[in-house]
Amino acid sequence: MTTPHQDTTLFAPAGQALGARRAALLTTRHWVWAGVLAVAVVLPFVFQGFVVFQLTEVMIYGLAILGLNLLTGFNGQFSVGHGAFYGLGAYVTAILMQRYGVAYYWTVPAAGGVCFAVGALFGLPALRLQGLYLALATFALAVALPQLLKFHGLEDWTGGVQGIVVDQPDVPGFLPIDTDQWLYYFTLAVVLAMFAGAANLVKSRTGRAIMAIRDHPIAAAAMGVNEPLYKTLTFGVSALYTGVAGALGALAVQFVAPDSFSLFLSINFLVGLILGGMGSLPGCLFGGLFVLYVPNIAESVSRGLAGAIYGVIMLLVIFVMPSGAAGFTRLAFAYVSRWRNR
Amino acid sequence: MKNLTRRTILTAAPALAFGSPLLATRSARAAKQYGPGVTDTEIKVGNTGPYSGPLSNASPIPISMAAYFKMINDEGGINGRKINFISYDDGYSPPKTVEMTRKLVESDQVLFTSGQLGTPTNSAIWHYMNEKKVPQLFVSTGATKWDDPKGHPWTMGFFVSYQAEGRIYAAYILQNKPDAKIGVLYQNDDFGKDYLKGLVDGLGDKAASMIKVKDSYETTDATVDSQIVELKAAGCDVLVTIAIPKFGAQAIRKVAEIAWKPLHILNGIASSVGVTLKPAGLENAKGIITDNSFKDATDPQWQNDAGYKWWVSFMDKYYPAGDKTDSQNVYGQSIAATTVQMLKQCGDELTRENVMKQAANLQDLELPMLLPGIAINTSPTNFAPIRQAQMRRFDGERYVPFGPVLTGAIG
Repeated sequence: MTTPHQDTTLFAPAGQALGARRAALLTTRHWVWAGVLAVAVVLPFVFQGFVVFQLTEVMIYGLAILGLNLLTGFNGQFSVGHGAFYGLGAYVTAILMQRYGVAYYWTVPAAGGVCFAVGALFGLPALRLQGLYLALATFALAVALPQLLKFHGLEDWTGGVQGIVVDQPDVPGFLPIDTDQWLYYFTLAVVLAMFAGAANLVKSRTGRAIMAIRDHPIAAAAMGVNEPLYKTLTFGVSALYTGVAGALGALAVQFVAPDSFSLFLSINFLVGLILGGMGSLPGCLFGGLFVLYVPNIAESVSRGLAGAIYGVIMLLVIFVMPSGAAGFTRLAFAYVSRWRNR
Repeated sequence: MKNLTRRTILTAAPALAFGSPLLATRSARAAKQYGPGVTDTEIKVGNTGPYSGPLSNASPIPISMAAYFKMINDEGGINGRKINFISYDDGYSPPKTVEMTRKLVESDQVLFTSGQLGTPTNSAIWHYMNEKKVPQLFVSTGATKWDDPKGHPWTMGFFVSYQAEGRIYAAYILQNKPDAKIGVLYQNDDFGKDYLKGLVDGLGDKAASMIKVKDSYETTDATVDSQIVELKAAGCDVLVTIAIPKFGAQAIRKVAEIAWKPLHILNGIASSVGVTLKPAGLENAKGIITDNSFKDATDPQWQNDAGYKWWVSFMDKYYPAGDKTDSQNVYGQSIAATTVQMLKQCGDELTRENVMKQAANLQDLELPMLLPGIAINTSPTNFAPIRQAQMRRFDGERYVPFGPVLTGAIG
């Protein structure tokens, strides 16, 4: 995997005044992020309920794609089955809330924990599988999940084909906002925390080990990186992220059913990952935007040809931004700064 | 801020953000009362359906609905108002149904939705619609739970529910074979259990003594051979098969193979000649009994029937690409016609409250493609528009209807 990874290339040494430039760029970046955050905070007051709901879903899909990105973009392990972890997280939340009366905010870490355990366990046998074979194994996971959810032995918990209706989370009494807005902010907070965690992770020693395994497993092993351990852990963390997204998804949609977590969901995550940019954190949110909105756009152009139009848009995006939205932004940034320095 | 953001935008300025025309016009005139989505010239009706995804073969239902509304509009609409039928693709994915339904209600501002397709998809928006008090009418699914006027007063079903069908079979057995030894083969999920409950309820006190064996299968099973053998060995003389087409066909073939001759009752959704009976062997399927509420478009006996002839001319003109052997085109047209009747009854009082009131006030509505003697009836305590069906027997080539129209009342 030779995906350019994030940030570091942006600050590649280019001159002597590196320190100063870097500081200047960092401040620019901070301003950009502060602006993005400010917009994100204001949005729910600008749009009506269902758009707020859509934006919440974009963040949730972005988070799910981030989970997949940690595994595929940073660690080089393929998964075509992350919809299964998303579904698992959603069901953990639904079952805990509706069966055991657990408060909704506790179910989110619980879903993350369960998915981490399942992901790490799945990662163990997956160690023996490389590339396409691993992709196939995870594919099996995605195919199996909807059937398992319908399995009558588990029906007392999963509600079978009928699924589970999830209660609307209550807005804290002191806040003058409605449920959609509250869910948006709750999701925003969780997603911000998770993205910050991921950013720290990939910058850390552990992150470097994870990426070293992707770039050159043998060299990484020679450097003393414990490959099986890191691979398994990455699988677990990746499942955790996607599982938390699933939990948030269950809260936002307020309903879970086997049909919600079909194979197509996993494919959508993969599409979002590649179009957003492998190995990029902000790119995941672009992936979320694409996954949610582009099918709607395609349908509004022509219902009969919706699938074809979706494909055309996807091809266009790939041609214009071959390294994903993140790579495109990076190129644009580099171009602008080169032009300024002339 | 609460009032400033959501409510106000919803009721006063729905279009500001998204460029849809200003619609929430509240007429000053006393005689006319308009809810969201209604003007002097238009009524907005919402719908979601699986145009893509695993169930896309069910998309003729919303397509034929749209065709029927186009015909009504071409004929001048209802009291001068055209129906603006907005139907979105949900790919049979419940989260997408939620998203699209919220778009219909909050952005497009439809007066109500009609004929939304699928059990899990409708379940996903069930609470939302009832909380928002938006009528979710004539849903295209056979589950029994839509008939719940007390718990969910804004949702209404359409088809004969699985439980009602089970009761109809019970009524038939009680009348024609009161000393039957019944064996039941059912699919072990909500669908199968829904049916079984109807059958047991319908048999009433006699259920325990009449039903000798209840055997179930999983959709993951390879065959139902062992269950059939077991049911025969238990000495049953009536076999009720509650299955999807694949297992229905297996059951029919196995029954013939072991030379068992029970009275074989097959549930409606597995009764298709093409999908179930042909694979099982038409000769093996001879004598199968099932029920139906609609005219079978492939049945030659309707060739000269006025209703059928009208339906064919409607299809030719407004949905020429549609498959006239696909019963879903019958369902879609029937749902749309029921919707139109409800809107006619509303007159100029086109509010969500009145829509619900009139939907629960359909009396003896006969439709071109309903069997003679079957009519749509609703009331404030009955949210199941179609409750009746007629038995029919397969003669080796086609189904022959017989006997009276039966009602799925609790026995």
